Amino acid sequence: MLEIKNLHVKLEAEDKAILKGVDLSIGAGTVHAIMGPNGSGKSTLSYVLAGREGYAVTDGTATLDGADLLALEPEERAAAGLFLAFQYPVEIPGVGNMTFLRTAVNAHRKARGEAEMSAGEFLKVVRAKAASLQIDADMMKRPVNVGFSGGEKKRNEILQMAMLEPRMCILDETDSGLDVDAMKLVAEGVNALRGAGRSFLVITHYQRLLDHIRPDVVHIMADGRIVKSGGPDLALEVESNGYADILREGA
Amino acid sequence: MVALLQAKADFLAARIAGLGFEATGWTVPARDAALARLTAMGLPGKRDEYWRYTDPASLTAPAPIPAKVFAADDESPAFDGIDSVRLVFVDGVFDAAASDDPAIAGIEIERLATAARADIHWAREVYGVLETRGQSPVARPLAALNTAFATDGVLIRVTGIAALPVALIYHHTSETSDAILHHCVKIEPGAEITLLESGPAAARFNAVLEVEVCAGGRFHHIRLQGRAHERRAATHVFARLGDASAFKSFTLTRNGRLTRNEAVIELAGDDAAAHIAGAAVGDGAFVHDDTVFVTHAGQRCESRQVFKKVLKNGAVGVFQGKILVKQGAQKTDGYQISQSLLLDEDSQFLAKPELEIYADDVKCSHGSTSGAIDDTALFYLRSRGVPAAEAKALLVLAFLAEAIGEIEDPAVAEDIRARLEAWLTRHEGR
Repeated sequence: MLEIKNLHVKLEAEDKAILKGVDLSIGAGTVHAIMGPNGSGKSTLSYVLAGREGYAVTDGTATLDGADLLALEPEERAAAGLFLAFQYPVEIPGVGNMTFLRTAVNAHRKARGEAEMSAGEFLKVVRAKAASLQIDADMMKRPVNVGFSGGEKKRNEILQMAMLEPRMCILDETDSGLDVDAMKLVAEGVNALRGAGRSFLVITHYQRLLDHIRPDVVHIMADGRIVKSGGPDLALEVESNGYADILREGA
Repeated sequence: MVALLQAKADFLAARIAGLGFEATGWTVPARDAALARLTAMGLPGKRDEYWRYTDPASLTAPAPIPAKVFAADDESPAFDGIDSVRLVFVDGVFDAAASDDPAIAGIEIERLATAARADIHWAREVYGVLETRGQSPVARPLAALNTAFATDGVLIRVTGIAALPVALIYHHTSETSDAILHHCVKIEPGAEITLLESGPAAARFNAVLEVEVCAGGRFHHIRLQGRAHERRAATHVFARLGDASAFKSFTLTRNGRLTRNEAVIELAGDDAAAHIAGAAVGDGAFVHDDTVFVTHAGQRCESRQVFKKVLKNGAVGVFQGKILVKQGAQKTDGYQISQSLLLDEDSQFLAKPELEIYADDVKCSHGSTSGAIDDTALFYLRSRGVPAAEAKALLVLAFLAEAIGEIEDPAVAEDIRARLEAWLTRHEGR
């Protein structure tokens, strides 16, 4: 589904290379995890795939179901089925959470050539999905992420994911800033979306999220490259031994 | 010095040449006094501190700069869905055929032009009176000019809760029209009315609205200044608020070459509330100036000023806002915010917020910001599939939301929001 080949990326402003040849292939219906020390390029990879400005791709390709992701605008990538759950969900004062969600859902439908969802139908769907993530009506009325706690923000990301039904989901440190209960709730939300050929790329520092969202493949990223890939056991190895051993091995 | 004074006098004489008023009726003393005030003050010039950011030359020139008539039929008329008493002015001239019969329960409505012929009238206590009070500490010569030479307007006295809003509808049909209208509203104790104004009025428009709100009275005012690109306007709202009264005014400005909206509000009684807000959007040759002066004289009064401007392609926004808290005006709660969203680097916003406080137990805050669209928020919206143009419009409307939020009637607020959205769509990518 997602094919990344020899991806090289630098920061536009500083001429500083961040990704130095990433190769990654994620098949339909699989869950991949990327772990790695701070500054290894994990978040950059997620931003570059989603189309954030400020990065320049100097070499390599990234395709989603054969479509050249890097040639698309961010909204076109979303329409193609890509979704990034942000590490730091953005606050948007003045835009109601419900309005935001309805706008996004209808933009997707429009891109697919479908009619807009009626207000009643939308409300019914959103209520059911919000309830399972313990998002109350008040959170839906408030401006997007404004005044939300860390956990509320992350649950709100998962709600968006559930509403937009993407084929390829990238979760960028979705566990950061969450307590154990909140993490479980978020993981349950993600797990409910597994299946139906949907793929996930879970970026995390810690193994504990992977206890709840079981990955098929675990990759270790360091200094802009994927240095090691393996099964779920690789995450356990990191948890007990740290990155040092693996990095030495990789070098 | 003498030459300078002479030049000032000549400048004024040229502006008021051809203007005049009938020498009979109750307005004559007020008009005479206004002319004397105007003569003493002289017309404003760009060297005046109060006109530092907005050049008044086109407002003080003998003749208006011609303004092309703007006739677009891509929007429904303002306040179309609201049942109201409609009073229509075409280039400043009352159009009886297009207007409703103003005989409705609880309100007296008369035209200034006809009422002025009487020897005595209730409006004598308002006409030019609030304007005079508003001349200190800052001179407002264009308002004095208006009081002296207004050709028409409406005089509204409300004794109960008005069954319908009064809608003043202004049409601009002549490229060289130069209108001077003066309205007075008196809200008797406990009475309530909504005044709607819409349209560009004339190539050049000088408007004064004086509002006396007696104890417990409520005044709502919604103004849409029309979409004519080339018109110029100087407007003044003078309000005096009695005990526990309320004043709410919102202005939407889209387009217009020059707009100077002054509001002078005096919280004279205790426990009164005054909210004044504006949303202005301009593209290209657009100067929009909100100049507000709120005086707290009574105790426990609340005032809010919320002004937002969206500017692009060299448009200029100006805000001069002052809160004056007089000695003894304890427990005052004053709030003022003026913000601009600059959609490109050619546009500019000039703000001069001021607080002057002589009481020791007050709460006053003010803020002014100028910024661009938040790139992070834009990316967030786009990453959720919202196309760039739609995402930008959503963020611009979010920026304007606080000002629109000052509108009490949700249907009117939604209508204004839709008109702003339509404007953004029309001006997208230009």
